[in-house]
Amino acid sequence: MQGGLERATGEKMVLNFGPQHPATHGTLRIVLELDGESVLKATPHAGYLHTGFEKLGEHLDYNQYIVVTDRMNYLSPLSNNFGYVLAVEQLLGIEVPKRCQYIRILMAELSRVADHLLWLGTAALDLGAFSVFLYSFREREKLYSIFEKTTGARLTTSYTRVGGVLRDLYDGCEEDVRQFTNDFPKALKETHTLLTRNRIWMDRTKGVGPIAADDAINYGLTGPCLRAAGVAHDIRKAEPYSSYDEVTFEVPVGSNGDAYDRYLVRMEEMIQSCGIITQVLDNMPDGPVNVEDNKITMPNKSDAYGHIEGLIHHFKIVMDGHGVQPPKGEHYCATESPNGELGFYIVSDGSGTAYRIRIRPPSFLHFQALPHMLEGGMVSDTVAVLGSLNVIAGELDR
Amino acid sequence: MNEEKEVEVQPKPLVLQKLEEHHADALLSQDETRGTLVIVVRKEQAYAVLEYLKTDPELAYTFLVDVTAVDNSQMESELMQFDYARFMVVYQLYSYQGQCRLRVKVPVHENDLSIPSVAGLWRGANWLERETYDMFGINFDGHPDLRRILMPDDFDGHPLRKDYPLRGRGERESFNFDKQNV
Repeated sequence: MQGGLERATGEKMVLNFGPQHPATHGTLRIVLELDGESVLKATPHAGYLHTGFEKLGEHLDYNQYIVVTDRMNYLSPLSNNFGYVLAVEQLLGIEVPKRCQYIRILMAELSRVADHLLWLGTAALDLGAFSVFLYSFREREKLYSIFEKTTGARLTTSYTRVGGVLRDLYDGCEEDVRQFTNDFPKALKETHTLLTRNRIWMDRTKGVGPIAADDAINYGLTGPCLRAAGVAHDIRKAEPYSSYDEVTFEVPVGSNGDAYDRYLVRMEEMIQSCGIITQVLDNMPDGPVNVEDNKITMPNKSDAYGHIEGLIHHFKIVMDGHGVQPPKGEHYCATESPNGELGFYIVSDGSGTAYRIRIRPPSFLHFQALPHMLEGGMVSDTVAVLGSLNVIAGELDR
Repeated sequence: MNEEKEVEVQPKPLVLQKLEEHHADALLSQDETRGTLVIVVRKEQAYAVLEYLKTDPELAYTFLVDVTAVDNSQMESELMQFDYARFMVVYQLYSYQGQCRLRVKVPVHENDLSIPSVAGLWRGANWLERETYDMFGINFDGHPDLRRILMPDDFDGHPLRKDYPLRGRGERESFNFDKQNV
């Protein structure tokens, strides 16, 4: 941890890292107390991007809130859309058709790959590996074209709906995705050759920012950061939701819980996601993508324009106080988002608007654990550790 | 009807058996909603119950998933159920050992907004409790660093309380702008 350096005896120096530092990738701040080059104390500050998402949830109806979920972890909005509507559907006690479940898995896994790719590019860029950034953004661009063709947007996807998805996959989607899963492992191998045995990369990440398994649990770490510490836990396996029990995949686990292991775990997760995507495409069922309940999902446009019943159903869903109204009660639903456990705790009073929506963001707890990983290390490792945690400010502050 | 059926099929979960054995006087209610056990615990014994849930080797709820609160002031039915306690502090727990979830809820009255902090049990609770304090004004006794976290330090009010408006006066004015250079 000491980097082999003796403690300098000089005065303490306070260094402000952020809120606008190129390596924070968002507005967050860490106050570092330094003794020479070693970090004595690190104090993370959050809240610069606080937007009141939870308060908004008490004023928007269940479908309107989907656009807010896009803006939480903006590297993988499809996963947030998915986690949110799943919570509402479980509160309603409905299950979406098989095809919809498969489409949602497909999109969630593609966005996991996209999230990890952006993480990989920027984390490597922070440590000076510029080529990796270009390589991973080249691959990510292919995914974003698929997202754009499917949802109509690159970033603010808003793809899911309570009881279904916006629309079925476009013609030729399967070919595009298969093309990607075919080429991607090869492309990732190139990145492996750039980093995995690279002397500089290993020196900068191995043994940097380590956390032990029981500390990781105590701090509430989830997702790749927890698995890198050696806890083989994945919500997709432990509490399979939305047909995740019908696909097979491995849960990669690290052993040291350092930045290098977090890198390796994420690299392997991308390959596993490709496996899931291939299985989903192979077994994609036919059928409707929305639940056939006119009180929950919108009718077809042709019905809304051409039939009085369709028009009434459309009107009822859109009008305040007539749309989706879960029964009185509460529910907590956790999904495995690319960053870890993304949970939505929704309290319903039986109306069309949630009484309370609580978002349990993985980044919030990861950022909290940062001092544990930094203190006693070197100041230059701050960037490496922060990068390895993938703290997303939109999700951190909500 | 439904309740009777469930009791026949499933034996009582271990956690409820053990809690009834060791902390029977702390339990205000117990329920299973949508696959998750929910227990409501008296505030005075909340810390002891949470500590027990975490440290008991058979239960081992070692992962504190979330701490938050709900302002029930506009939900009459909930208010009546728990002696008109305005706030409900909600802990989501997970046991890696038993792979199961548990929700612990603690009613907090408006005239005494303090509740023992569990930051000593789970280090992850620190920020979660700070956020609950920031948003609802719940005071966590024994918390090592109870400051606002998402709102500015000089902010007045607690935004997620039901009597706090979505928009309106009182928000912008409280920020400290640098007036000298304007």
